[in-house]
Amino acid sequence: MSEAVFAHRVQFAFTVMFHYLFPILTMGLSFFIALLSTVHFVTGDKRYLAAARFWAKIFAINFAIGVVTGIPLEFEFGTNWSRFSSFGGGVFGQTLPMEGVYAFFLESGFLGLFIFGEERVPRVVHWLSSVGVAAGSLLSGYFIVAVDAWMQHPVGYELDPGGDVHLKSFWAVLLNPYAGWQYAHTINGALLAGAFVIGGVGAFYALSHRHRDFAELSLKMAVIAGLILSLTQAFPTGDLNSRNVVRYQPTKLATMEGLFRTEKGAPLAIIGMPDTENERLIDPIYVPRFLSFLAYGHFSATVEGLSIYPRELWPPVELTYYAYHIMVGLGTIFIAIMLAGVFLLWRRQLFENHWYLWILMLALPFPYIANEAGWVVAEVGRQPWLVYGLLKTANGTSTNVAAGETVFTTLGFAGIYAMLAILFLFLVGRVIHQGPEVENLSAVDPGR
Amino acid sequence: MNVVWFWALAAMLTAYAALDGYDLGVGSLHLWIAHGDTERRIALNAIGPLWNGNEVWLIASGGMLVVSFPKVYASGFSGFYLALIVALWLLVLRGISIEFRSQIDNPLWKALWDVSFWLGSWLLALLLGVALGNVVRGLPVGADGYFQGSFALLLNRYSLLVGILSVLVLVWHGANYLRLKTEDALLERAIHASARLWVTVVILTGLTTVATYFVRPDAAQKFISHPLALVFPAITLAGLVGGFFCRHANDRGAFRSSTLVIIGLMGSAAASIFPDLLTSTLNPAYSLSVYNAASSPHALRAAFIANAIGMVGVIAYSTYIHRKFHGKVRLGRHGY
Repeated sequence: MSEAVFAHRVQFAFTVMFHYLFPILTMGLSFFIALLSTVHFVTGDKRYLAAARFWAKIFAINFAIGVVTGIPLEFEFGTNWSRFSSFGGGVFGQTLPMEGVYAFFLESGFLGLFIFGEERVPRVVHWLSSVGVAAGSLLSGYFIVAVDAWMQHPVGYELDPGGDVHLKSFWAVLLNPYAGWQYAHTINGALLAGAFVIGGVGAFYALSHRHRDFAELSLKMAVIAGLILSLTQAFPTGDLNSRNVVRYQPTKLATMEGLFRTEKGAPLAIIGMPDTENERLIDPIYVPRFLSFLAYGHFSATVEGLSIYPRELWPPVELTYYAYHIMVGLGTIFIAIMLAGVFLLWRRQLFENHWYLWILMLALPFPYIANEAGWVVAEVGRQPWLVYGLLKTANGTSTNVAAGETVFTTLGFAGIYAMLAILFLFLVGRVIHQGPEVENLSAVDPGR
Repeated sequence: MNVVWFWALAAMLTAYAALDGYDLGVGSLHLWIAHGDTERRIALNAIGPLWNGNEVWLIASGGMLVVSFPKVYASGFSGFYLALIVALWLLVLRGISIEFRSQIDNPLWKALWDVSFWLGSWLLALLLGVALGNVVRGLPVGADGYFQGSFALLLNRYSLLVGILSVLVLVWHGANYLRLKTEDALLERAIHASARLWVTVVILTGLTTVATYFVRPDAAQKFISHPLALVFPAITLAGLVGGFFCRHANDRGAFRSSTLVIIGLMGSAAASIFPDLLTSTLNPAYSLSVYNAASSPHALRAAFIANAIGMVGVIAYSTYIHRKFHGKVRLGRHGY
C-alpha cells in the first residue's frame, strides 16, 4: 500500500471516527426524548417534560457539532476519494444528499419547535415535534448506512464498458438487503449508548445528591431500556448482521474470528492474539464448534478460513480481530451491568447502592468505544476493497493529491477538532452542571 | 434532465450565496461598524440562529453534485484540494468563534473570537469567489478529467478579481442585512457602509464583466446565441440601480437589491460556462460538461425526484425560521 493511500485512509478514519462520536448520541437521545415527551403528553406529569427538555439541550449541542464535522466527510469523497466518486457517485450518491436534505429540516426544524415553541404551539404539536426530531435522527442514520451497505454489498448497479457503475434500480440501492440488519445493529448501538449516558448522568446526580427526582427517573429508565437494548444488541441485530457478513463477506468473517484454516465444526475464539505470520492464534481460549453454530446454525458446519484466499485479499488481521473482540467483550459487560441494575431496581436498592452508581457513571465512555470498534470491524474488515468485489481501496483515491498534503491537512483537522472537543465538553459540562429545570417539578400540568 | 440538473445546482449555489452570503458579510463587517460589546452582540444575534441553517444549502449542493455529475465532483474537489480543506477549516472556525465568544465574560476573550470570526468570514468569501473565478476562467483539465490546483494556478489575476468582487458584494449584502436588523447608531453606520460599498460593487462588477470578456471570449457568444440568458445581467443591473435608490432610505429595498445582484451574478456566471461545468484550458475536448460528466439518465431522474421532495421541506424550514426571527434584534438573556 502506497504512502498516499495510507494517508487518505488515516485521514478518513480520523475524521469519520471523530464525527461519529456525535451522531451516536443524537440518534440515541432522540428516542428517549420522544419517549419522555410522550409520557408527559399522556400523563401530564411535568417531571418528564423537564427531563425531555434537559436532554434536548444536550442533543442540540451534539447535533450542531455533528453537522459541522459531517461536512468534511462529504467533501472528502471528492477531495481524497475522487476516483471512487467518479466510479460510483451516481449510485452510492443517491442516498448521500438525502441525508442532508431530509434529516436537516426534520431535526433542526422540530428541535427548534420543541425547545423554544412550548408556549406558542398546542400541546399536541409540541409533543409531535419531539417525535419529529427522533424520526429525523433515525432516518438520517438509515441514509448513511445505506451508502455504507452499498460499499459492503453493492446492488442495483450495472457496469459500463469504461469500468464505472451506473444506477439500475434506485429501490434496490435504498433497500439493500445488507442495510437492514446493519442499520438495526447501528441504531441499537446508538440507543444503548444513549441509555448509558442517561444512566451515567443520573448516577452522577444521585452520587452528588442533586436533582433527586430526575436522577431516579433517569436511572430507572436507563437500566430497563439498557437491559433490553444490550440484549437486542447481541440478538437479533448483531447475530443477523453477522449472518450477512457470513453470506457476503467470508474474508471479513474469518478475520474477525481469527480463523486461519477452513474448519468443519469451527471453534469460537474468546481470547487469543492473532499471529498473521504463522497463521495461528497465540494462547487462544476456544468454545468448541460454536463458530459453526453462530455462522450457520448447526455445530458441524464448515467455516472458510483466511488461508484459502490469497494474502492480498486479506483485511488487516490484527486491527479487525481486536476491534471485533473489544466490541463483543464490551457488549457482554454491558449486559452484565444492566442486568445488575435491573436486579437492584427490583430489590429497591438502585438509588442507594454507591458501588453500582459509581460503576454506571464510569461506564459512560465504553459504549462509545464499542460503537466505534464495531465500525472499525465493518470498514477495516472490508479491506482491501472500497466497494466489496468491485473497487480496491488503492484505486479509489485522488491521484492528484500528494501524501504530504493529506498528512498536513490531517494534522490541521486534529488541531481544529481538539478545539471542537474542548468546546463540546465545556458546553455539555455546563448543561450538566446547571441541571434540569426544577421549578414546579412535581406539579401536574394544570392544562389537563 | 442533464440541463435541468445544471440549473438546479446553479440555483442551489445561488441560494447558498444569498443566504450564507449575508452572514459572511456581517462577519466581515461587524469588526468595523459595531462598536462595543452590545453592538457586537446585536450583530451576532442578527445571524446567530440562522447561519447554521444557511450552510445546509452548501452541504446539499455538494451531495447533489456527487450524484448528478460525479466526474465534476471528483475532478473539482480533488483539484482544489488544499483550498477546499482550508474552506472547511474556516467554516469550523466561524462556528467555534460565534459559539465560544459569549461563554466567558472577558473583553480580551471576546476580542479574540471577534477577530477570528471576522477572519474566517471574509477569507471564506474570498476563497469561494476565487473558486468561482477559476471555474469561469477554465482549468487545465487533462485527458483523464483531472487537474492539479496549485496555489500559483488558482490565485491568478482574474480569479482574485472575482474573489474581491465576492467579498465586496457579500459585505454589501451583510450591511444591507444589518440595516434590516439594527437600530440607532449601528443602523446609521450600516447605512453609511452600505452606500460606500455600493460604489465599490458597481466598479468591481464593471471591471469583472470586462475582464470576463478577455479570459472567456466565448461567454459573450453564449449570451448572443441565447438571448434568454440576458435576463441575468439584467437582474444584476436592476439590483445595482435599486441599490442606488435605496442608499439612504428603504432598508428592505436595499437588501432586496443586493440579493438581486447575487442572483444576477451567479446566473451570469452559470450562463457563461454552460454547458460546461469545468472548462479545460488545454483542449476543449477534455472539458467536463453536463453531457459527458453526468450520471446515467435513470440516476439523474431518481435523484431529482428524491431531492426535490426533500428540498420542499428545506425551503419550508428556511422560510419558517427566517419568519420567526424577522424584525430588529432584541438582546435577551440567551443568545450570543
